[in-house]
Amino acid sequence: MAASISGTEANTALIAAHKPTGRISDPIFVGLLWASGIFVLVLLGFIIAMLFEGGLPALREFGISFVWSTMWNPVTERFGAGVMVYGTVLSAVIAVIVALPLSFGIAFFLTEIAPGRLRRPIGVAIQLLAAIPSIIYGMWGFFVVVPLIAAYVQPPLIEWLGPIPLIGALFQGPPLGAGMLTAGLILALMILPFITAMFVEVLESVPPMLKESAYGVGATTYEVYRNVSVPYGRTAMVGAVMLGLGRALGETMAVTFVIGNATRMSASLFAPGATIASTIANEFPEASIGSLKLQALLQLGFILFVISFIVLALSRLLVRSKLKS
Amino acid sequence: MASLARRRTTDLVVKAVSTGFAALSIVLLAWILWTLLSRGLPALGPHVFTRITAPPGAGGGLLNAIVGSLIQIVVALVIGTPIGLMCGTFLAENGRGTQIANVVRFVNDVLLSAPSILIGLFVYQLLVVPFGGFSGWAGSIALAILVIPVVVRTTEDMLNLVPIGLREAAFALGAPQWKVVTFVTWRAARAGLVTGILLALARAAGETAPLLFTSLGNNGWSINLGAPMASLPIAIYQYAASPFEDWVALAWAGALIITVGVLTLNVLSRLILAKMK
Repeated sequence: MAASISGTEANTALIAAHKPTGRISDPIFVGLLWASGIFVLVLLGFIIAMLFEGGLPALREFGISFVWSTMWNPVTERFGAGVMVYGTVLSAVIAVIVALPLSFGIAFFLTEIAPGRLRRPIGVAIQLLAAIPSIIYGMWGFFVVVPLIAAYVQPPLIEWLGPIPLIGALFQGPPLGAGMLTAGLILALMILPFITAMFVEVLESVPPMLKESAYGVGATTYEVYRNVSVPYGRTAMVGAVMLGLGRALGETMAVTFVIGNATRMSASLFAPGATIASTIANEFPEASIGSLKLQALLQLGFILFVISFIVLALSRLLVRSKLKS
Repeated sequence: MASLARRRTTDLVVKAVSTGFAALSIVLLAWILWTLLSRGLPALGPHVFTRITAPPGAGGGLLNAIVGSLIQIVVALVIGTPIGLMCGTFLAENGRGTQIANVVRFVNDVLLSAPSILIGLFVYQLLVVPFGGFSGWAGSIALAILVIPVVVRTTEDMLNLVPIGLREAAFALGAPQWKVVTFVTWRAARAGLVTGILLALARAAGETAPLLFTSLGNNGWSINLGAPMASLPIAIYQYAASPFEDWVALAWAGALIITVGVLTLNVLSRLILAKMK
């Protein structure tokens, strides 16, 4: 490690000390490199500014209460983001709750249990889940998963859990199949490979000496995983979960197919709902340029950007802080 | 502390459950692929590639959508790849260790995972509203913005694998930096840079949300980038949600084409990477 750091410094110094001897091409090339770097910075700033500016009229019209108002009525032109913000956060949280134990298990399997020859192919297969386009998850969810959930999952849950006070409210209503829970489950499958891949990367960076010490005092494989490996990588693993959450928040096509697209608030996980992204995709065709609805949709987009930016930024900081040390 | 027998049982149970979870994820992948094959293959025929989209019952295909997608992806790559390549090179060479490079890297990571639908809204605001209409250009630029962070990330990672000594040797011969980067560093990392472009291609090919508000889709034949342009994901979206059987079948055929393409690109880039390491 030390050798490569000094090598890096040497390289930087070398580049800094290197003065092109009267050539015109080098300053142009270096200038282009810098310009591309700055371009990416400017791009993000531009995206934020454009979304904010586009949604500003809606914010002026409805005030800051736009963010939590649960009214979404295109007929009377009263708009609020409350239902969609709730749906976005709830579906993403369901996704993380479902994906997290699975990721812990799969990462344990890949790092400790799987025989060497199987490790790579299984890891790659799980990564392929991340490559499948969102719209394919949407179609699969809509045509395959939704009918199954409506027929086999929801009726017994409604029957058993529905009558329980308090929690019961989460499991009431007709078994439609499409709804918040189904969206959360599909999202869980979509973010699973991202969380798992980062878990595996973190777990592989645990110093073998630490694990061997634990084995040496007689710990089982699971005990080492739970008491040594996971605590060692905790910070970065929280970052990995945040990355999954960030991905789930902004997922569009898959959710649009399976969430039912109802812009009203409902306590039940089985009821159709909407996320910010699904609402934008769904209602955009009916919003004409300059209309209040379009501005409300753009403001929704800005809110989504702010939420996912915070989550993704946190994720990045947590992951980096750990992998560096 | 619990008895040894109990700890051993816990260990076994957790191992079994973890193996079960891994198996479950493979089964789910297989299930998705099986669904695509079983519904997409019967719908796949020469008409899909030779006829353009048509009203339900008229025996249309997906030719205009496939061509539209290809055009927009190629334009997106032509715009996005050089910027991504240069930015990645900046991070790995000139900016290495500087504060500004850290910020650029951070911003790029955010862009990499940012909701793609917002990129669509951004391009809508930037190009569609001021220029008065949906266009293939707008779609291409939206896809280019998705391509850039993927290329930046892989380029930086791959260039970091190139030994410092190679660069030093070239500098020692008096080569200017552009020559060192293009003839030595890029050449050494060639295969890795290609994987970045393949991954970006795979990402652009499957994205639907950013095209909704930019190139919109087009049910006629059009290769004019200045007009609304059809694309495979949008056609799938439109057809899958329709009540017509032949349209839904075409949507499955399109879904199969996209998925096979995207997965092939992914496996290919992984093979190249595995060979490099």
